[in-house]
Amino acid sequence: MMTDRIKKLRKQSLDAVNCINPERALLVTDFYSTGIDREVSVPVMRALSFEYILKNKHICINEGELIVGERGPAPKAVSTYPEINLHSLEDLEILNSRKKVSFKVDQTTKEIYRDKIIPFWQGRSNRDRIMRTLPEEWRQAYKAGIFTEFMEQRAPGHTVAGNKIYHKGMLDIIQDVERSKASLDWINDPHAYEKNEELKAMEITARAVILYAERHAEKLEVLAGQITANSDALRIKRRELQELAEICHRVPAHAPHTFHEALQYYWFVHLGVVIELNPWDSFNPGRLDQHLFPFYQREIEDGSLSRDAAMEILQSYWIKFNNHPAPPKVGVTALESNTYTDFALINLGGLKPDGSDGVNELTYLLLDVIEEMRLLQPSSMVQISKKSPDRFIQRTLQITKTGFGQPSYFNSDAIIQELLRQGKDLIDARNGGASGCVETGAFGTEAYILSGYFNLPKILEITLHNGMDPCLNKQIGPSTGNPEAFETYQDLLNAFRIQLNHFIQIKIKGNNLINRIFADLIPVPFLSLIIDDCVTKGTDYNNGGARYNTTYIQGVGLGSITDSLTSLKYHVFDRKTVSMKGIIKALTQNFTDFEELRAELVYHTPKYGNDEDFADDRAREVFDLFYTAVNGHPTAIGGIHRINLLPTTSHIYFGSVTGALPDGRLAGEPLSEGISPVQGADQKGPTAVLKSAAKLDHLRTGGTLLNQKFSPDFFENEESITKLTALIRSYFRMDGHHIQFNVVSAETLRDAQRFPEKHRDLIVRVAGYSDYFNDLGEDLQNEIIKRTEHQSI
Amino acid sequence: MTVDEVMKEVMLDRMFYEESGGGVTFSGGEPLMQGAFLLDLLTECKRQGLRTALDTSGYASREMISKISQFVDLFLYDLKLMDLEDHKKYTGVDNQGILENLIFLFERGKRIILRFPVIPGITNTQKNIAKIKDLLRSFNDSGSKAWNLEIDLLPYHTIAREKYHRFKKNNLLQNIQGLTKESMIPLKNELESIGVKVKIGG
Repeated sequence: MMTDRIKKLRKQSLDAVNCINPERALLVTDFYSTGIDREVSVPVMRALSFEYILKNKHICINEGELIVGERGPAPKAVSTYPEINLHSLEDLEILNSRKKVSFKVDQTTKEIYRDKIIPFWQGRSNRDRIMRTLPEEWRQAYKAGIFTEFMEQRAPGHTVAGNKIYHKGMLDIIQDVERSKASLDWINDPHAYEKNEELKAMEITARAVILYAERHAEKLEVLAGQITANSDALRIKRRELQELAEICHRVPAHAPHTFHEALQYYWFVHLGVVIELNPWDSFNPGRLDQHLFPFYQREIEDGSLSRDAAMEILQSYWIKFNNHPAPPKVGVTALESNTYTDFALINLGGLKPDGSDGVNELTYLLLDVIEEMRLLQPSSMVQISKKSPDRFIQRTLQITKTGFGQPSYFNSDAIIQELLRQGKDLIDARNGGASGCVETGAFGTEAYILSGYFNLPKILEITLHNGMDPCLNKQIGPSTGNPEAFETYQDLLNAFRIQLNHFIQIKIKGNNLINRIFADLIPVPFLSLIIDDCVTKGTDYNNGGARYNTTYIQGVGLGSITDSLTSLKYHVFDRKTVSMKGIIKALTQNFTDFEELRAELVYHTPKYGNDEDFADDRAREVFDLFYTAVNGHPTAIGGIHRINLLPTTSHIYFGSVTGALPDGRLAGEPLSEGISPVQGADQKGPTAVLKSAAKLDHLRTGGTLLNQKFSPDFFENEESITKLTALIRSYFRMDGHHIQFNVVSAETLRDAQRFPEKHRDLIVRVAGYSDYFNDLGEDLQNEIIKRTEHQSI
Repeated sequence: MTVDEVMKEVMLDRMFYEESGGGVTFSGGEPLMQGAFLLDLLTECKRQGLRTALDTSGYASREMISKISQFVDLFLYDLKLMDLEDHKKYTGVDNQGILENLIFLFERGKRIILRFPVIPGITNTQKNIAKIKDLLRSFNDSGSKAWNLEIDLLPYHTIAREKYHRFKKNNLLQNIQGLTKESMIPLKNELESIGVKVKIGG
């Protein structure tokens, strides 16, 4: 049961209106205006700007909360990062007035932007720098919608905290920094100077976050002092504020001693990371049940903590995440993006470092918290290994059943194998998990940076036009021959491969340029304190300081490209019932006057998702080509490029810039999402979908995303829960990486489209994350409705 | 279709059978209408170590029932109307052989789930239910059961109405109202009181 205070805080969070708050932008601008950036090294300057913000920002304590600290001055008052991307007045207007997930911008903020922030940062933001640096071929491909660029508007991020902070205070970490500094080899190491500057910067940020906590302690003491009346209730309240103040005096300076301190410590670290910059995917405590269990167990045993008290602290912690939407973007992304949840993904279950089952009593308590809080953020997932008890899956299904799209289901054993294949240590792999949507990472030791989505079907479109993009009407790829002259399917595939490699190389070159810009000019010394081995290497997170560094390119439209290649092989090359010329003409005309051909392509062609090898083999081919094109290329900060297969919402955007496809999809329609079949193409039920999806080699990726939508009656009784448990186990036994369930009826969704006001609380799984159905654009809403609704197993 | 072709489809889902403890269910129409083919398939399923279930009306020769029964782990066995004349009227065939086959399988110790479609005014009559209870009691009293007697109550629903309409076919049960699951509870209690495991739906 939620206590009154939690009810109030939860309501405060739900009712708070997203708004842009200029505080951070102003502080950064003030700081840079002093000219200090010309006096000290880049990392030290970044550290000092971080310290300046934490020293001067407003301290917000919400009534009754048990975890304190906000990024902005109030819940959902969102900071901006002009040094990364500068909002123009038009951007602010769009954000203020856009229909979906608006961010209110008041007159004062607009004036501050007009008078101070824009004049100072115009042309100087990192985005400007990146755009000036990238070559013309990159811009062309970007414009054509072949790929997107993550680093254009946000900083790299994409990492998750490990367990370091639960046994080391910032003062301990500063000692590590000192040791690292003392061991610099000024005689033989040509980078000793850079490392020294980086380590100096790290120390400044560590002290800054301690100071930031002290400021909270002071404010809490002031609030406690203001309570003068002496009723019992007020005494309790005063005592509670004093206790919170004590906690803030203790952490993050020192290692946490209690469950409560552990959570508050993490939260200060979280704020530090998201105030320092706007890194992708928020930041994330990762394996929360594993980190907290030792504290929980000890305090439950010695009686200093009750289950209810633990629950209340956790709920207060949950609300903190929900108070922090993602920082809004600029330009066309500001207009179109639907995704303003910040992708914190709590991991539960999985394995312990020694390889034994990690599910514990606290895991179940956290599941209770998730079910009761029913908040968008933090999102949650369960890691299921072959050692996990069925009870764990069944309890989770009971939450899935309630239809808010959380938690999603991950295969621990697959995650570990993926990480091992990448050359990671077994213990580091067992400490890993998934974050963001479905991305595999070694928590606390890896920078696994998503660089952009890649539009696989668009490559086929360009191949079918001999290197020309028919939408831009421009030659942007190499000439790979007139497709009408292709004699075999292999000829087509070869041409596709050449085009694919061409554009992947453009993307990788862009990644490497952007890598260096961040490494040299936008270091993150605070984040570097948290992720090993930045301190021991004296190297920034953005410069390859983490133990492992991976850059991902995320393939999108696997179902669409598979079905398109299948169509061509089946009709043009194998059965020769349709000519290549005919198909290309039909595509160019978007199937106008080719309705019969389109029906043939849609209804009488093998499709991915039905456990039929004819189509599924094409999926394997595409997978291999994509994998070979990307995997293994080094990054500019000493990492490796790798692939994963997830779309978030980019399959809608990519669909809008891709013409008609040989699988019968019309121009502009969304592409298939994740590794799910084309919407409606799977006709043989969920087991066939899972079989098809498992034919891909998930273990060579850093994550795949599979959505399955079930109506609520699927979860009706114990028997159906048992069946779903078996379904999940089967998919994972076949090395499937991830599966998630949408539990709503199409009828409900249609009703929600018609009467949005009746369905304000309707949350659906979008793609690796959940969102309010009402907040989604109409296209995305339609697509979710369309996703095959399986009625029975 | 050949046995090999069917088995290829069946084996695609091996992983799911293994994880769920499930297997292959043969249903219809009436699978026993193609008894020889069914026997080949069942033999092959058993050779592959799969669990098998047969959804049947029981309308088949004793010889056929006897042959296939050694390859069937679970019978889903229809129990529609106990009265011979009523059975003839609504299904077109005699029920004597069906009931004898049921007793035969019961005495062989086969696991059987009886499936009772509860149709207002047709099967859901006092007379019919009384006879069903007699039958269940006699099974229970015989003392030879190797399994817990089970029966599924299948409340009549009208989902097919739309299909009749679309295919322009005459729906003979047009005027019969569907039954809710809740309305099955008294019958469920009644049957449970004679020591039978009862499930609504399924």
